[in-house]
Amino acid sequence: MAHEDSELLPGETPVRFLDQDGRALDETRYPMPPLSELQAAYRALVVARRINEQCSALVRQGRLAVYPSSHGQEACEVAAALPLAERDWLFPTYRDAVAVIGRGVPPAEAMVLLQGDWHSGYDPREHGVAPQATPLATQLLHAAGFAHAAKLRGEDTVVVAMCGDGATSEGDFHEALNLAAVFGLAVVFLVQNNGFAISVPLSRQTAAASLAHKAIGYGMPGVRVDGNDAAALLAVMHAAVDRARAGGGPTLVEAHTYRIQAHTNADDDTRYRDRAEVQEWVARDPLIRLRSYLRVCDALSAAAEDEITAEAEAVAAELRDALQAEHVPDPEDLFRHVYAERTPRLEEQWAMLADELARDAESEHAESEHAEHEEAR
Amino acid sequence: MIESLTMAKAINAGLHAAMSADDKVLLMGEDIGTLGGVFRVTEGLKNAFGENRVLDTPLAESGIVGTAIGLAMRGYRPVCEIQFDGFIFPGFDQITTQLAKMTARHEGLLQMPVVIRVPYGGHIGAIEHHSESPEAYFAHTPGLRLVSPATAQDGFTMIQQAIASNDPVLFFEPKSRYWQKGEVDREATAAPLHASRVIRTGSDATVIGHGAMIATLLQAAEIAAEEGTSLEVIDLRSLSPIDYGPIVESAQKTGRVVVAHEAPGNASIGSELAATITERAFYSLQAPVLRVTGYDVPYPPAKIEAVFLPDADRVLDAVDRVLAY
Ligand SMILES: Cc1ncc(C[n+]2csc(CCOP(=O)(O)OP(=O)(O)O)c2C)c(N)n1
Ligand SMILES: [Mg+2]
Repeated sequence: MAHEDSELLPGETPVRFLDQDGRALDETRYPMPPLSELQAAYRALVVARRINEQCSALVRQGRLAVYPSSHGQEACEVAAALPLAERDWLFPTYRDAVAVIGRGVPPAEAMVLLQGDWHSGYDPREHGVAPQATPLATQLLHAAGFAHAAKLRGEDTVVVAMCGDGATSEGDFHEALNLAAVFGLAVVFLVQNNGFAISVPLSRQTAAASLAHKAIGYGMPGVRVDGNDAAALLAVMHAAVDRARAGGGPTLVEAHTYRIQAHTNADDDTRYRDRAEVQEWVARDPLIRLRSYLRVCDALSAAAEDEITAEAEAVAAELRDALQAEHVPDPEDLFRHVYAERTPRLEEQWAMLADELARDAESEHAESEHAEHEEAR
Repeated sequence: MIESLTMAKAINAGLHAAMSADDKVLLMGEDIGTLGGVFRVTEGLKNAFGENRVLDTPLAESGIVGTAIGLAMRGYRPVCEIQFDGFIFPGFDQITTQLAKMTARHEGLLQMPVVIRVPYGGHIGAIEHHSESPEAYFAHTPGLRLVSPATAQDGFTMIQQAIASNDPVLFFEPKSRYWQKGEVDREATAAPLHASRVIRTGSDATVIGHGAMIATLLQAAEIAAEEGTSLEVIDLRSLSPIDYGPIVESAQKTGRVVVAHEAPGNASIGSELAATITERAFYSLQAPVLRVTGYDVPYPPAKIEAVFLPDADRVLDAVDRVLAY
């Protein structure tokens, strides 16, 4: 597929529809999404923020092993999932639990990884969501392969593949974009440029004018979009998804956003960034921006807001309930799916472990009986 | 002067000393500069030596190792940090097909004094890819040296010896021991980098391990002693090459050997030890060499890592079995 350079280069400025006070800007490159979709997006944003807050609290209570929060990036999370049809697929990272839930994965299942119960807790086939990837950029190649399968099968499935700015430095990122472009695959690569890879700023990841500028090198269009403007994100993602579905091939979308929290609860971001910078971005909150716009348009009543808040609270309660339960994984699961069929060696190892666990349980039992006995005396 | 330092601080002090001694030593990795590394092992070094000697690189393990090779060709001694064991694999190609072979390929004309620091192992309750023990992949590759300190003192001295080595060294740091304090004597005369060491003498059986496993083996030896069994404990320190001198001597003395590590047992360091000990001490052995290892399964999720990781009880079970022969 030959392209004119001008079609592939990102615009001088990121696509943006709304200013921080929710006023519509003069953005002519894409059509403004319909109000009904923006209302749905706002609902999803409020739920997303609530999930982030709830999960951060659950980490503090020791209920989650770790939580990489997408606080401040919720518009990207919402715009990754909303434009997809049921038959489409999402390839998320560790930071994208909110997008995973946005695809219909029950919150409790989405938290299985971060809770330390198992490596993934949902059925990818049921929701069209690949497992959340931790090794950076590996999932982008899977996404390209998945889209290749759709092409071979004559299906019009679209795949959204997510990663961060840091991950764009990995070899797998380049290989995935190149393969997708060479084969004209229906993948939308959504890069959430939140300014940091843990402590390392974007300037250490690229010398390019923007990450979206990389696209032209592979022969696909690159788009820069304001990652805190849900309206702009939805417009751009819809266009890229439609293009891919129609056989137009992949697009690289770079969303400019910011990670408001530390990398995870284990990180100390005061070591590498100014509070003033964080505050600047808090002021660009994606929720406030869309809310202001909807209010100006008279498209968000107090009653609707109450309803949305109630929905968000219900999701938070679901998360709390799911994580209160003291679930302990079954040790035999370790041996169950290593291979399609368990090997004799694994049978042996499980038998040894089962025996050990039985002996442990016995001696625990004996100990507690002894303690009861002592107490009775 | 003897100081009490955590292993993380001891390795940090060793890096500092090596960088002071030779201005060709430079550090490269993800988050190692301003942040000081996610485990703070490189804390303060960017301030002390400047950003040209402590490079926060783009996020690319193949890139880090590959450029370290180029730097080494021009006389530098790069020390690369891999953030977690499970993330070394994008660099696997550069390590095994390039770094390991460069010197042999050029008949010694190019030397590769590159150190790759790898925080490894479990016990930290992390999600997948953060708790692995990938030593065997690298031990299998000719041309690479592999070492692993178990104490703060060894952290301090061995990192300097690794940096001084003209061959590439993979330096496996037991991350669950980073916060354990130990005595460090900066003036102490160091054992050779690849020497294994008897760290507790005993007569009934020999238990062998490295890194975080050493604490478990010492604990097992304490319990055994209370029960009247005397265990000799050997800290491997080096996984490739392995120093078989003290190991074979001990096997000949006790006649019973158990080797333990967190990594799965299949085609592992433990397999190699068992085979070589059998070859060299066959007539002294009273029992087969037993391996106590992680199971041959992917590293478990945090909530059940405890059933995967060999503990003192599991080591003692194996000791009972070798004693029962
Ligand atoms: C291959 C690999 N190397 C290193 C890591 C460790 N690590 C986890 S997240 C992260 C930073 C990623 O930054 P970015 O891609 O910008 O995503 P963000 O966390 O900002 O969402 C690093 C270095 C990893 N997960 N995978
Ligand atoms: Mg980032």
